[in-house]
Amino acid sequence: MGSVPDLLGLGAAFRYIGKKRRTKEDPRFVTGRGRYVADVALPGLKHVAILASPHASALIKRLDTRKALALPGVHYVLTGEEFCAATDPLPVGVDAPLVKRWALARGRVRYAGEWVAAVVADSRALAEDAVEALETEYAPIDCVIDPEQALLPGAPLVHPEHGSNVLYRRKFVWGAVEEDFARAEHRLSVKLRWARSATVPIETFGVAAQWHAGTGLLDVWASIQMPKFPDQTARALRLPGNAVRVHFDVDVGGSYGVKRGIKHAVLVGYLAKKLGMPVRLIEDRLENMRGGDMHGPDRSFDVQAAFDADGTVHSLKIRALDDVGAYAGRSPLQLGKPVGAIVGPYRIGSVEYEPISVLTHKTAQEAVRGFGQSPTNYAIESTMDAVARHLGMDRIELRRKNLIRREQFPYLIPSGTTYDSGDYHTVLDKALAAADYPRLLQQRDQARKGGRLAGIGISTCLEPSGGNSSFEPLFNPKNETTTWMDSCLVRVDLSGAITGVMNTSTSGQGHETLVATCIAEVLERDPAGIRVVHADSLTALPSNSPVGSRMAIMLGGAAAGAAKKIRAALMAIGAKNLGCPVEELEYREGWVRRKSGERALSWDQLVEIAHRKFHLLPDGMEPGLQAKFVWEVPTGGRLPTPDGRIQMYPCFSFEAHVVLAEIDPATGQPRLLRYTCGHDCGTMINPDIVHGMTYGGIAHGIGAALYEKFAFSDNGQLASQTFMDYLMPSAVEVPAVNIVDHCTPSPLTEFGQKGSGEAGYLGAPAAIASAINDALAPLGAAVHELPMTAPAIWRQIQKTKRRS
Amino acid sequence: MTRSIALEITVNGTRRSGSVEPRTTLVDFLREHLGLTGTHVGCEHGVCGACSILLDGVPVRSCLMYAVQADSCSVTTIEGLSRADGTPGALQDAFCETHALQCGYCTPGMVIAAHALLEENGSPSEAEIREALSGNLCRCTGYVQIVEAVQLAAARRREHGIGS
Repeated sequence: MGSVPDLLGLGAAFRYIGKKRRTKEDPRFVTGRGRYVADVALPGLKHVAILASPHASALIKRLDTRKALALPGVHYVLTGEEFCAATDPLPVGVDAPLVKRWALARGRVRYAGEWVAAVVADSRALAEDAVEALETEYAPIDCVIDPEQALLPGAPLVHPEHGSNVLYRRKFVWGAVEEDFARAEHRLSVKLRWARSATVPIETFGVAAQWHAGTGLLDVWASIQMPKFPDQTARALRLPGNAVRVHFDVDVGGSYGVKRGIKHAVLVGYLAKKLGMPVRLIEDRLENMRGGDMHGPDRSFDVQAAFDADGTVHSLKIRALDDVGAYAGRSPLQLGKPVGAIVGPYRIGSVEYEPISVLTHKTAQEAVRGFGQSPTNYAIESTMDAVARHLGMDRIELRRKNLIRREQFPYLIPSGTTYDSGDYHTVLDKALAAADYPRLLQQRDQARKGGRLAGIGISTCLEPSGGNSSFEPLFNPKNETTTWMDSCLVRVDLSGAITGVMNTSTSGQGHETLVATCIAEVLERDPAGIRVVHADSLTALPSNSPVGSRMAIMLGGAAAGAAKKIRAALMAIGAKNLGCPVEELEYREGWVRRKSGERALSWDQLVEIAHRKFHLLPDGMEPGLQAKFVWEVPTGGRLPTPDGRIQMYPCFSFEAHVVLAEIDPATGQPRLLRYTCGHDCGTMINPDIVHGMTYGGIAHGIGAALYEKFAFSDNGQLASQTFMDYLMPSAVEVPAVNIVDHCTPSPLTEFGQKGSGEAGYLGAPAAIASAINDALAPLGAAVHELPMTAPAIWRQIQKTKRRS
Repeated sequence: MTRSIALEITVNGTRRSGSVEPRTTLVDFLREHLGLTGTHVGCEHGVCGACSILLDGVPVRSCLMYAVQADSCSVTTIEGLSRADGTPGALQDAFCETHALQCGYCTPGMVIAAHALLEENGSPSEAEIREALSGNLCRCTGYVQIVEAVQLAAARRREHGIGS
């Protein structure tokens, strides 16, 4: 185990992979020359503003558009009545066909902020004026905001046609759970709450569309990160797939999962076609926060653990109740992905898992970085801390006892997923060494002696990567999706220059750099000279977009696969023209030469033959020099077993966080003093990019752990609608972070790489919660709900004062 | 419709005139009227800093100002910090060197804030850098490589005898 598949004969001696190298993307961004959707200039562009529901649950009794339509510069007012009749509803990720969802409400609103009407005008300002002139009348009806109450009989139904507020519920039992619980020397239970937060990109969602009546083609420019986006847009508009052209060369101003925007695209596409004018909708921040449908998991956990006095954890029972809000796209599936890492990095022999996805009258939930894994990691890690506390055992010792050992890989977990590779103990040890753990303990204890509240947090977490979609058939037996491919096209032009074509948009992950580096590695050409472009959806090869930490594996693998075909073609040309079998040739830096050394063909000569000299081309070879590579996700292609065992994602990155935190006892304000993260994502293709995403993931985790929450009032009004209420960490709240790298290559990927797009975020909330509760432990206090805001911590401190 | 108001602003060293509705924000004027799309709109309520520009050398939020308020003023946008041929200037180059960005959306505002800091303080401490950038939100980077970029740019400026 642990060796890179030496497909290229490269060994570990990479030429470009893993080396410090500037990215291809940064120069255009630092000079303000990115091209985001709001920068797409379309002559005659019209602008959309949205009328949003003020009620969480109400019947729409009247919507009078006349005054609005009479205002200057106003072209159209679209209502739900028209829109829902003319378009098809958006897909639902689970088997709940009556939970229908369109961009505009028809007859009934199901959350405050839901879109009710769309105005098209010459400018956004005029469109907003007209929104204010729309006359509406609502009849409010009972709403349900709390997910536990939504489960109770008699609760108001969000979708009465569906007959229940439960979207999905199943109890999985993998292994001898009851026997393990009966046999174990100790048992405990913990209740935890992960609040609704999201990655909240600085760019809101936006889309522009233009219909060409002459060709019957709808052009779409959108700020998206979404699998099957062109297909879903076309279907909802009742157009064939080849009538919608989505431009993947739009720079996306951050996403981290949330930029799905399918309802936005269908709405704007419909308007552009209907009006015969280019139309765009760029959400303002209010539209984004309450109606953009980008809130993340909103989850309660009840966890029970069965363990022995020596710290061996045998079994877990996890009930996870997730409030997806008023509609379901793929959001219920965020309870499905954690199945593939349901025991974390631990040797836990059996698990009972009961995911429950429930509807409430809140903003619809969408995918957020980690697709539900970070909340589950928080639950697992908090349980491990609770076990350690229960036994009076050191938290690190408990983890060392239970972590899967490196010689045990590949390791099959009870839910049917095999972890590819890892060396968890070493990564943890490296993190502790880098953090100077003994000194960290001293610092904590000195602070405590000085009357301050200080604590150390530990977490050891997995990042499943290589994004598959196995949760679809797992959560919906009618869905037999087992394909989750990605692709790349590599072309060498007549001048000998290389172009890589990728087939999805990018939201900051540095895919152009990734593709260039992988092609360069295979072809041994300087990546600086390799151009990478984004196809549009009509010229693109199949892709499933950069979800689930998959692009280093899937796009990197596709780029390498296509480049290997180019290399093979060059070798074949060499064989024919040097008059010997391929086995007697070697490829070095673009040259093909006889191993015996006397004859060689240069890159330019080989390219010239491929493009111009058909008479020198091997029989049957296509002229020109281009190759495509489309491949299925490693370990993919399988349906779940009847008892719900499934290989979820192929590769598993690992992170160990060590945090020192202090709390101001007077205000409860937490502060992170030192932060170390040991990280193993296999071979890093570009270390600066991997580290950047890890730092960013940690910052997101700090936000989720301490500050960020979409808070709702009892009657369903979103209380945190602005950046004054929804608090995101700035450079002052995020401490200096020390990342310690380790490399356990994946045996499943081209260069041994694993994913890292969700790195940091998957372990940071757990580690920070661990630190806060360690700081509160001497008082006998604890917080079991995120975010652990200063007031929440302060309240727990006050409770202990009342007790004493 | 409200009457338009004429204005003249010196943008990146060039006099630009226009005629805007009084309610037009400065960022909309820069983006929509002048086509300077490097300045980005993030929150439109003055928190995120993506729309930061220099107004007479001082960093301000162009979403919180009306265009008419900048009449007769001098504005520098991200485009104005590049070299004449459009390639990155020294500070922007430092951002590239440390990979101080990912999606690039907050980056123009970050560069503006960092530029203003370095003009005022050529040898900022890490805490001073973090404080100076604390009005600009970034969701990609966790700020670590941004702080490194500013430190690198400051060191290079000192090597070249710029600033103190």
